[in-house]
Amino acid sequence: MSKNKKLDIQNDFTPVTPDPDYILQVNALKKYFPIKGGIFSRTVGYVKAVDGVTFNLKRGSTMGLVGESGCGKTTTGRTILRLSGEKTGGQVLFNGREVYDLNTKEMRKLRTEMQIIFQDPFSSLSPRLPISEIIGEAVREHSIVPKEEFDDYIDQVMDNCGLQPFHKDRYPHEFSGGQRQRICIARALALNPEFIVCDEPVSALDVSIQAQIINLLNDLQEKYGLTYLFISHDLSVVEHISDTIGVMYLGSLVEYGKTEDIFKNPLHPYTKALFSAIPVPDPSVKMNRIVLEGSIPSPANPPAGCKFHTRCANCMERCKHETPVQREIEPGHFVHCHLYDGQGKTNEQEA
Amino acid sequence: MSTLKFIVKRLLISVVILFFVALIIYVLMRCLPTSYVEAIARQKSMQPGSKSFEEWMAQLNAAYGMDRGMVAGFFHWIGQALRGHFGDSWFYTVPVTQKFRETIWLSFVIGAIAMFFELIIAIPLGVIAARKQYSKTDYTISVLAVAGISLPTFFFASLLKLVFSVHLKWFDLFGLVGRNYEQLTALGKLLDKAHHLVLPIVTLVVISVGSLMRYTRTNMLEVLNADYIRTARAKGLSERKVIYRHAFRNTLIPLVTIVGGSLPGLFSGALITETLFSIPGIGLTSYNAMVAGDIPFSMFYLTFLAILTLLGNLISDILYAVVDPRVRLA
Repeated sequence: MSKNKKLDIQNDFTPVTPDPDYILQVNALKKYFPIKGGIFSRTVGYVKAVDGVTFNLKRGSTMGLVGESGCGKTTTGRTILRLSGEKTGGQVLFNGREVYDLNTKEMRKLRTEMQIIFQDPFSSLSPRLPISEIIGEAVREHSIVPKEEFDDYIDQVMDNCGLQPFHKDRYPHEFSGGQRQRICIARALALNPEFIVCDEPVSALDVSIQAQIINLLNDLQEKYGLTYLFISHDLSVVEHISDTIGVMYLGSLVEYGKTEDIFKNPLHPYTKALFSAIPVPDPSVKMNRIVLEGSIPSPANPPAGCKFHTRCANCMERCKHETPVQREIEPGHFVHCHLYDGQGKTNEQEA
Repeated sequence: MSTLKFIVKRLLISVVILFFVALIIYVLMRCLPTSYVEAIARQKSMQPGSKSFEEWMAQLNAAYGMDRGMVAGFFHWIGQALRGHFGDSWFYTVPVTQKFRETIWLSFVIGAIAMFFELIIAIPLGVIAARKQYSKTDYTISVLAVAGISLPTFFFASLLKLVFSVHLKWFDLFGLVGRNYEQLTALGKLLDKAHHLVLPIVTLVVISVGSLMRYTRTNMLEVLNADYIRTARAKGLSERKVIYRHAFRNTLIPLVTIVGGSLPGLFSGALITETLFSIPGIGLTSYNAMVAGDIPFSMFYLTFLAILTLLGNLISDILYAVVDPRVRLA
């Protein structure tokens, strides 16, 4: 029976009620990918890519999502947009509506309101469509603008993203990485979205271009009041662009709060270690790095209790058995760690 | 402009390749243990009161131009061929080109029909299998495809004959026309031929459908996993548009190359299938000629195949550039 136990998906959470303050409410979101094995490809386990992520996103703000490679940042972004099949558990409320309750038609309509910019601008553009089609296809599909304004509209969107009108008839392979990322942004923007998931939009670009793209994203946010979920592993970029930051480890959010609070006062041992690794552009400064022991455990078989306990310098006995609950240490600054037991308030106390 | 330059360059290279291919074929034909001249000489010398075998050999060798050495013989052949003289077929005793004209169109029709069915069966199945990867549908299609690929033509054809000709008696065992063909009306004659071609075409389709289907599936899978398909879904396009406008269009490129490259193959005939069903197309005709050691006919047919192959490669390269805006021929 032990086999079955492993296949059981625990999906008990307290549902949140829609709150008009927030454009996006993510509650205990889970996305597991089945591991198939044996002759008949039965499911023998799950990769727990996203394992109970909770956060709220205010309209017009930017949330940074950071963590090391493979911690589930990208999957979180895609699962919120319902782009990687069905969720495994939890809630995603977009403007108060459960994204996963929508039928195909409603979902297609909602897609215009929530867009994504992918990490790799080289593979995320259809290679045999000209730029005007890449940007305009969905505009036509969803009738965003009347037919006679279509050309002007595409020109305007391209102009907003720093592209020239004569680029329209070219194909993606004729552009540089930075220009391609501008095309991706223009494509997302053309649908007039409220919310954009930026999935490491600058990590494939070189540093000078990174700054241009970040500034472009900032300008567009001001102009159109966009909300961003900015996924990145570059902490300096995230500090620059984000209002709030979520730190992920092995599929879970370990700390979440305002950017200043997190940078000034990191609480979780993992956040501390992560921030100590930010390089300082001064060779005379001796960096005080906290080096984590070992490597990230397999998300198919995460450690019991606190997932971070295997690498934590402050590991206590209870960390090995008991999953820490979310505690609000200062207003809007949440942490999952037993070190802060007795401080702040938990969700239950609030309720 | 550059396209023209590319084609001219490729054609020039093809001429060189063709020369050596013809040389190899000629040498092989001359080295075959079955010599047409020898067989005739033996036959003639057996007749009562005839000249001796050696005398017949000398006479016939001279008559058939086999007294030249291999190299001299080859250059003689190529010299004649360049002027368009391919000579008379030894085995069929009519001009080579006449025999070729009589048989090629039948093979072409069979090949074209088979290819039509191959395309309309293999490509949709490949797309379906890719869209439902690792599902029961996918496994069923894939197993059938591999079975089709693995079946040897002669075995499968014999199986069809056993079931549909011997047991069910739906079709004749072989031949292109039935016993009472001459008494039929024009339409009746056409239907009679069509009826006789069912089994050969089924054989050809079943044998070839598997590999094209696998090829479609592989390419479709590659495209379906590409990031830009996720982009297309994120745009909120309908699933049909995602599949056909974004995925299938990109799958078409390698497909067109493969299919375009095999178009000239329509003229090469289906040697095994035609032989098994006694369909007098180019395949069976050339088979008989080669077995008999008919050098003029074999040389013509095999050189023709070499030209087709070279042409096929050229066509597929050009098509590649046509369907893929990124490719510029150089």
